[in-house]
Amino acid sequence: MKRTYLGEFEEIVLLTVAVLNDAAYGVAITDELDRQTGRSVSISAVHAALHRLEEKGMLSSHMGDATAERGGRRKRLFTVTALGSRALHDIRAMRDQLWNSISPNALPAISI
Amino acid sequence: MAPTPPRLADRLIEWFCAPHLLEEVQGDLYERYVRDVVQQSVAQANRNYWRNVLGFLRPFALKRQANEHPKPSFLNPVMLRNYLKIAFRNLTRQKVYSFINIGGLAAGMATAMLIGLWIWDEVTYDLSFTNHKQLAQVMTTSIGDDGAMNTDPRVCQPIAGELRSKYGSDFKNISMSRWNGSALVVGDKTISGIGLWVEDKFPAMFSLSMLKGNINALTDPSSILIDATMAQALFGDAEPLGKIIRVDNNDNYKVGGVFRDFPNKSPITGNTFPSLQNANYFLPWKKYITTEQWVKDAATSWNNRSWQCYVQLADNVDVDKETEKIKNVVMAHKTKAEGVESAYLYPMDKWHLYSEFKNGKPVGGLIQFVWLFSIIGVFVLLLACINFMNLSTARSEKRAKEVGIRKAVGSLRGQLIRQFLSESILVAFVSCIVSIILVIVLLPLFNSLAAKNIQLPWSSPTFWLCTLGFTLITSLLAGSYPALYLSKFDAINVLKGTFRVGKYASLPRKVLVVTQFSFSIALIIGTVVVFKQIQFAKNRPINYKKEGLITVGGVTQGLPRFYDAVRNDLLATGVVDNMSGASDATTNLGAWRTGFNWEGKNPNTLPSFGFMYMTEDFGKTIGWQLKAGRDFSRDFGTDSSAMVLNEAAVKQIGMKKAIVGETIQYEGKNYRVIGVVKDIIQESPYKSVTPMVYLTSRTWIGSVTVAIKTGVPIKEALVKIEKAFKKYNPYLPFNYTFIDEEYAKKFADEDRIGKLATFFTILAIFISCLGLFGLASFVAEARTKEIGVRKVLGASVTSLWSLLSKDFVLLVVISFGIATPIAYYFLGNWLQKYQYHTDLSWWIFAVSGVGALVITLLTVSFQSIKAALVNPVKSLRSE
Repeated sequence: MKRTYLGEFEEIVLLTVAVLNDAAYGVAITDELDRQTGRSVSISAVHAALHRLEEKGMLSSHMGDATAERGGRRKRLFTVTALGSRALHDIRAMRDQLWNSISPNALPAISI
Repeated sequence: MAPTPPRLADRLIEWFCAPHLLEEVQGDLYERYVRDVVQQSVAQANRNYWRNVLGFLRPFALKRQANEHPKPSFLNPVMLRNYLKIAFRNLTRQKVYSFINIGGLAAGMATAMLIGLWIWDEVTYDLSFTNHKQLAQVMTTSIGDDGAMNTDPRVCQPIAGELRSKYGSDFKNISMSRWNGSALVVGDKTISGIGLWVEDKFPAMFSLSMLKGNINALTDPSSILIDATMAQALFGDAEPLGKIIRVDNNDNYKVGGVFRDFPNKSPITGNTFPSLQNANYFLPWKKYITTEQWVKDAATSWNNRSWQCYVQLADNVDVDKETEKIKNVVMAHKTKAEGVESAYLYPMDKWHLYSEFKNGKPVGGLIQFVWLFSIIGVFVLLLACINFMNLSTARSEKRAKEVGIRKAVGSLRGQLIRQFLSESILVAFVSCIVSIILVIVLLPLFNSLAAKNIQLPWSSPTFWLCTLGFTLITSLLAGSYPALYLSKFDAINVLKGTFRVGKYASLPRKVLVVTQFSFSIALIIGTVVVFKQIQFAKNRPINYKKEGLITVGGVTQGLPRFYDAVRNDLLATGVVDNMSGASDATTNLGAWRTGFNWEGKNPNTLPSFGFMYMTEDFGKTIGWQLKAGRDFSRDFGTDSSAMVLNEAAVKQIGMKKAIVGETIQYEGKNYRVIGVVKDIIQESPYKSVTPMVYLTSRTWIGSVTVAIKTGVPIKEALVKIEKAFKKYNPYLPFNYTFIDEEYAKKFADEDRIGKLATFFTILAIFISCLGLFGLASFVAEARTKEIGVRKVLGASVTSLWSLLSKDFVLLVVISFGIATPIAYYFLGNWLQKYQYHTDLSWWIFAVSGVGALVITLLTVSFQSIKAALVNPVKSLRSE
């Protein structure tokens, strides 16, 4: 299987873009990350990750609408590409496969 | 009003963030700020904003996006190749035009190069002497009654001793010297040369480059230093050191050393002393002062100025200040009645370029020609550049379409400028190569014209740098106007066909043509005047018969002993009319004297006269013409106290009654004036004649003149004359010179200038005509249709010819109007330099103007008649 190089943070950002669907842009992603994972990340870190993912071809982008609170500046809206989707699916499949291979009593129980 | 993020932070991110990211990043930052202001406080929001901005200091945000459509640099090889290819195509498509451009530019550059080489040669003339900055010659400035100053290189003998004892610390070395024109004899070989008697230190002062022997060899009074050429001529490949050379058939000298030839010999014009660099050998002064009685007698005389004195200043001594210090060195020892004079130190750096003295200072000379030729060189080059500009702009209508299309497909103006410049650079470089070939071909001719031995300095990087720089400057100069002018055209107008060159578009072109022709006409006038002046001086009556006269040297030594005997022998040969001796030759005046007195002379004046001793036969030998009285004659026993004057002397004496029979005192003796002769030209034919006093003497014979019978073959006569002299001096060489040749040498300088001026004039005219030819062809081409229509309507060839030619004729007439006053002014000044000079007659200007007009018409007519003869069917068919 072809390996997909995705860092953990990149993976989460990529997933968040998928979560936000049509409204994925810098600040929205940062907020969503905060909400969903409780991680307080800086805008610049998110931008850097988005930039990297776009370079890797997992995201595509286009300029969206401008709003007043942005000082009339447009947003860059991101969407997950087929390659990005494939990567997410691969990771998930690999995890599922690993989970399925764990024998029931191999992990110490964490629930009551 | 809503709070806004900190301006400084905004500025910061606008500065460092990559432009393509800025919009989204800043938008996000603003959005976050607005939320922070609402949720928290303005201060907190500001702090967050700052933190977020600084957070973007990451590589991805800093990195600028690569341009997707990079502009190719004009130095890109692809572009360069394209420029050159297009330029080359343009050149080959228009062969005549390219030929005119390249030919004209090459001719201009070759001229500039030749002139540059010539100037370089002249300016560096004496720089080969290591001590040239500290070397000087002591000159004497005699100050006449009327304050007129005359500077010449003769000084008295005691001056060197006086300088040594009184100002010794200011000089490193001092050397007396005297010119010696004797031939050197080894066995049966006699080689004529020019030498100097000099003191021991002289060779070291002038840093002779010794090939063999010792530079201080002259401390031995019986040694001689010779140059390599002389050594080769006398001894061939044999070892010259220690060999014996006989000089003047008097004394033997041992070769003490051989020095490298001085690099720059000057042509000998016969008017002044030769350049020091013409010396082939040096003899010891110590020996010289013991050889002749009159030299011994003059050792303490402050009045006998027959020698030269060279000095080397101490390192920190300034030559002008030193001149101030020593100028009265001679006058401290003599009275005003003996003539007022002051000493002047003539620095070596001025010897060559500033050889003419005015008011006791070297002011003019060759330097004027250096300037003149520099100006001519620059102008000839300018003429060639003007051709280039004119032809390019004249063709602009043709190329306007090309410019339009280039602009339409996206050429920027800068690219078009580079395109045109690359064309001119290509032309300039091709011209440069052609001009170097031209220079190689023309250099021998130029050397013979300029009496030089200039070589192309192939191995000198300076030369190549200059040539390269020169070519680049020329190409920029010539290409800038077309490049800026053509690239300015508006693409829409040009392509729509509504493009019209304005009414005044051809004005700059006309101005340039007028500049060209003004310069050419001024040169024509100048050349005509130079030749007229030379011819004027050549036609000057010299009042003696120079044909068939020879001066004899060598075998004439000790002539007073056998004067009558040899004269009788010569007359007996039947090939000789007469023979005589005199203190100087008729082509050279060597002595001036003051101290004459006569009845009615103003006692406060001290007039100077040229002075010559001669035997009684002199006048008859040279055939001078008596104006009054009689000639010297051996029939009168009293002629040793007789005096003959020339007309100038009679005028200077200014006696009211007839001067023949009057008495003139000189050195305590009474002389009776027995005759007056017409002025004979002994000095420069451009100068007024010096008042002359002629006396008889059998002892003061420095020059022997023989008149060969007319009609006798010269060779045969010479053999017989030689035989007659050899009877008395069998071992001495028989040297002779023809007086008419010697006289002709007086014109050498002006002849040379005349020839060079002709050379440059022809070039200037050639270049101007080339340009005109090109212009005329383009004008005719542009008016092809018009001419066709006119012919159809019945115009004659003559009227068409005049239609096409009259514009150019008008330009030449304007040029003539500009050139005439300029030439008149400069040539008037030039002629004033000569005491005996021609005038600027109106016909010179008329001839030059008509000449220029004829040349113009010939050039233009070729094109205009060709255009006028074209069948109108052909020119009108394609529309």
